[in-house]
Amino acid sequence: MMLSDMERLVQLLARLPGLGPRSARRAALHLIKKRESLMLPLASALGEAAANIRNCSVCGNLDTADPCGICRDPRRDTATICVIEGVADLWALERTAAFKGRYHVLGGTLSALDGIGPEQLNIDGLVKRAADPAVTEVILAMGATVDGQTTAHYIMDRLAGLDVKVTRLAHGVPVGGELDYLDDGTLTAALRARRPL
Amino acid sequence: MEWSDEGIVLSARRHGESGAVVILLTREHGRHAGLVHGGASRRARGLFEVGNRVQAAWRARLAEHLGHFSCELLESYAAAVLDDPLRLSALTAATAVADASLPEREPHPRAYDGLRELLETLETSPSDQGIAARWSADYVRWELALLADLGFGLDLSCCAATGSREELAYVSPKTGRAVSATAGAPYRDQLLPLPAFLAAETAEPADAPAVLAGLRLTGFFLDRHVFSHSPGGAGAASQAPAARERFIQRLRNAAS
Repeated sequence: MMLSDMERLVQLLARLPGLGPRSARRAALHLIKKRESLMLPLASALGEAAANIRNCSVCGNLDTADPCGICRDPRRDTATICVIEGVADLWALERTAAFKGRYHVLGGTLSALDGIGPEQLNIDGLVKRAADPAVTEVILAMGATVDGQTTAHYIMDRLAGLDVKVTRLAHGVPVGGELDYLDDGTLTAALRARRPL
Repeated sequence: MEWSDEGIVLSARRHGESGAVVILLTREHGRHAGLVHGGASRRARGLFEVGNRVQAAWRARLAEHLGHFSCELLESYAAAVLDDPLRLSALTAATAVADASLPEREPHPRAYDGLRELLETLETSPSDQGIAARWSADYVRWELALLADLGFGLDLSCCAATGSREELAYVSPKTGRAVSATAGAPYRDQLLPLPAFLAAETAEPADAPAVLAGLRLTGFFLDRHVFSHSPGGAGAASQAPAARERFIQRLRNAAS
C-alpha cells in the first residue's frame, strides 16, 4: 500500500529518539504549518548534513572537514589524547571546556552480548597515534560500567609497550551530590579513591 | 503470574528507547528473562550491570509470556572490581558462561549459590595478589560444579583404570574420569592434565599453570557438552563466550 507523503513523514519522524507516533504527528503538523520558516530550511540542512558530515580520519569525530576542527586546531595540546566511547561523550567534555587536548573516538565498547570485539572499535588507530613521540598521555574516559572498564583495561594492555602515561577519569561523588542519595557502588569507588586534603 | 526471588544480572540488552530485556539467574526460578521499563535509562542503567545481585519481582499475564521485572539492588559486585582487570574479566566470564550454559526457567539453586559465592570471593579478594589469589582456583571449581549441575560432572575421586585415589594426574576426554599418573603415562598425549588443586583429597594452592590447566579441562567439557549445543554451536570448533576467552588470555598474560 502506498503511503501518503504525510504518513511517510510521520513514520520517519517517529523513528527519532524521544518521539513516538503521537509526538511525531504533532511535529509533522508543526513542520507543515511552518513550511517556509522551518520545514524547508530543515530539509535543506538535513540534505547538506547527510552529504557533508563524515568521520574524521584521525580521531573519529563527526565534522564536515577531514581532519575535523579539533584535530586541525593548532591551539590544542597535541601531547594529550582523551579516549571516549562516542561523539556524544566528546561533546560532553567540550561543554566543560576543561580539556584542551585532542580526542580519540572508539565508536563503542567491547560487548560480548552485542558481538562487538576489538576489531570493531577504532583501537588500532589509537595505538598508532599513541606511538607518536609527541604524545605523552592517554586519558581513558570510558563510562564506569563493566563494558566501559573492560574496554579501558584492554586498551591499557594494548598501550603497555609504548612510552605514554595512561590515566583514567576518577569515579566518585558528583558535584552537588549528597551521600545519602548515592548508590553503593559509587560510594565504594569514592571511598577507595579518597585522597589527602 | 507473579513471583519474587533474588537474582544475579547475567545480561541486559537495550529494548526500544529506554527499556531493557534483562536476564537474571534467580535462585528458585533459574535463568529468567524479563522486560524492564526504563531499564536502559540513565537512572536505572547502573542497577543492571552484569554481576549485580538484585531482588526481583516478575509479573506476566501468562507463564509463557516474557513478563516484566521490577528490581531493587542488593549488592553491586561489579563496582568493587571495576579497577582490577583480572577480577573484572573473571566476573564477566562467569556471568557469560552462566548465561550461555544454563537452560531458561529451570531452577539451578546450586549454580546460583556457587556463582554468588564466587562473586563474593571476587569482591573481597585483595587486588594485589593477581592470579595467585584464591578466587582463580574458585573460578575453576565453579565451572566444574556448573558442569556437574548440568549433568556432565567429572569423576575426579579415583583412577578409572586402577581405582587408586593417589597421584591422580589426568582426565580421560572420553569418560570425564580421573586417571592416575602411572596408569595414564602411556596415553598422556591423549589425556587432559588434571591440576593437583582439583584432584580429590588435596588442598594444594593453585599456581598460574595449574589454574590454566583447570580452565582447559573445564573448557573442553563445556565446549563438548554445553556450548556446542547452543544455537548455532553445532559443528563449530568452540562456541565459548568471548568473555571467557578474554579472561583466559588475561590470565596467560598475567602468568607470563
